[in-house]
Amino acid sequence: MLQVIGVSKKFGQKTALNSIDLNVSHGEFVSILGPSGCGKTTLLRILAGLEKPDSGKLILDEKDITQVSAHHRDVHTVFQRYALFPHMNIFDNVAFGLRCSRVAEPEVKRRVDEMLELANLSGQGKRTVTSLSGGEQQRVALIRALVNMPKLLLLDEPLGALDLKLRLQLQQELVAIQRRVKTTFVFVTHDQQEALNMSDRVAVMNKAKIVQLGTPLEIYEFPKCLFVANFVGNINRMDGKLRQDDAGRWVCDVESLGTYFVEPTEENKVAGQPGALCVRSEKLSLFSRKPSTVDNVAEGSIRALTYLGTHTQFDLTLKNGTGIQVFQQNTQKTAKKVFQAGDKVFVGWHTAQSHYFTGNQLQ
Amino acid sequence: MKRLLEGLGVFLIYGFLFLPMVVLVTLSFNKAPRGITWEGFTLDWYSKLLNDQGILDALNNSLEIAFWTTVLSSLIGVAVGITKVRVPGWRGLGISKLASLPILLPEIVQGLSLLCFFVLFAIPLGKFTVVISHASFGSAYVATLVRARLKAMDPLLEEAAADLGAHERAVFIKITLPQLWPAVISGALMVFTLSFDDFIVSFFTAGVGATTLPLKIYSMLKFGVTPEVNALSALILVVSLLLVTVAFWHQRTKVAEGA
Repeated sequence: MLQVIGVSKKFGQKTALNSIDLNVSHGEFVSILGPSGCGKTTLLRILAGLEKPDSGKLILDEKDITQVSAHHRDVHTVFQRYALFPHMNIFDNVAFGLRCSRVAEPEVKRRVDEMLELANLSGQGKRTVTSLSGGEQQRVALIRALVNMPKLLLLDEPLGALDLKLRLQLQQELVAIQRRVKTTFVFVTHDQQEALNMSDRVAVMNKAKIVQLGTPLEIYEFPKCLFVANFVGNINRMDGKLRQDDAGRWVCDVESLGTYFVEPTEENKVAGQPGALCVRSEKLSLFSRKPSTVDNVAEGSIRALTYLGTHTQFDLTLKNGTGIQVFQQNTQKTAKKVFQAGDKVFVGWHTAQSHYFTGNQLQ
Repeated sequence: MKRLLEGLGVFLIYGFLFLPMVVLVTLSFNKAPRGITWEGFTLDWYSKLLNDQGILDALNNSLEIAFWTTVLSSLIGVAVGITKVRVPGWRGLGISKLASLPILLPEIVQGLSLLCFFVLFAIPLGKFTVVISHASFGSAYVATLVRARLKAMDPLLEEAAADLGAHERAVFIKITLPQLWPAVISGALMVFTLSFDDFIVSFFTAGVGATTLPLKIYSMLKFGVTPEVNALSALILVVSLLLVTVAFWHQRTKVAEGA
């Protein structure tokens, strides 16, 4: 439905977008996730028509819209700061797009009322936008962009300014509204939780490029590089060298710590290559004695522990000096403190739970 | 003791600023036709004013000139104010520096140069020339206010409107202009007051039949300070104070609140 083909953009010397390719299908909810300065907002502004790409093409429903200006595009945007018109009430704000396309007034009223209902703001059209709470402003901004029934709706970190609880609630509302109106959403955010919670697919961006595109599960469990692994969650890294053991299995030698089984991808299977063995914090288990039931075990001691409600975070120093973090679920209400700071412990994990990155995957 | 001194200081400063006006207003109610001795309260001078056709004509001229000056200044001021912010590079900067020059220029230089200009191009002096002259500095005030307001406005609003399908002109009329109204209104109030009070520039550029109220007062003074002049000045003072107060109040509450 939307095709982005080789789009590049430079601001002076700085490359904001480096040959971006992206396909979005009809009714899909795609998030563009990345740290600030990675180019995600520039990509959104190019999709909206507020910036022109230096090269590349944008195709929307089989039509080339690269040169079409913002007000002729069937694409609307929900901005980060909402950008509600302060001199208009809620109704007029929502009706703005319809009136611009000269929809008859009774029809405007019908459709705006329908949208207000969708946003739980029925009968509140006369209120001024300055009197609204953050969440309400966000909802008005959303329905103002939706009322014209655009083919594509862009959202530029619309939940960024809200507190955590409201953000979680609005995430759900947003997804529910998207499912109802079936409009294609492209959602820009730097919050990995938000992207994983809401999207059908996530495009992770770094340094002007899309580094991985996939479902939230793929992004989290099968990251293609250390950057993605790190950006969407907590991951521990142990540097070592890859080799094949006598039985032909791939192992990673971590200096002064041990030798661990890994499952490198085909192109990563190069013996002697330095690389990093990575395991997510919640996939590590703690043992007081050396366990025999797990594939891999490393020895270390607890530097600090932090109680975090749902889980406890252990900061460990491994035998070779590497610092790692382990999350343990607090499954018991009266969990006795099994581990104390300073204790000597063993960390274990199964080979399938680990990742192995090498070469430019480490950047 | 310290409080007493402070009080005295404040009293002296306010006295220095406002005592002359108090004297003027007081004398406008004095029965004595000459001099400054108090001979009792009267409103005669005010009623006499209202029957003086010369003064009423001058008032009429002043109001008419101030009105057209305000209209002209607002139009030019909005255009210049927007250019200052929206035109990039040296052209915008050049316009912005040039346009605020009239605020700083000595009025006597302005008056004289305008007079030379009108004479050179053989433009007959009259109400028209006064309006043009007043608007030359009046528009600078409006432009400055418009510029400040525009800078405080979130550029995202215009982008959002364009994104929702509004053409450039629709964006200006429906989004930009409504945001600028407070600045335009307080600018207009200020310009009206400035034009109504102006003496120097009017003195150089007013022709026959364009005598404004300040010019009329000046000519009346040639026959000495009469209580009638005091009464007239008192009235102008009250009207000016009122307009300026409204302009400032409006500016503080509406213009400063931003977008």
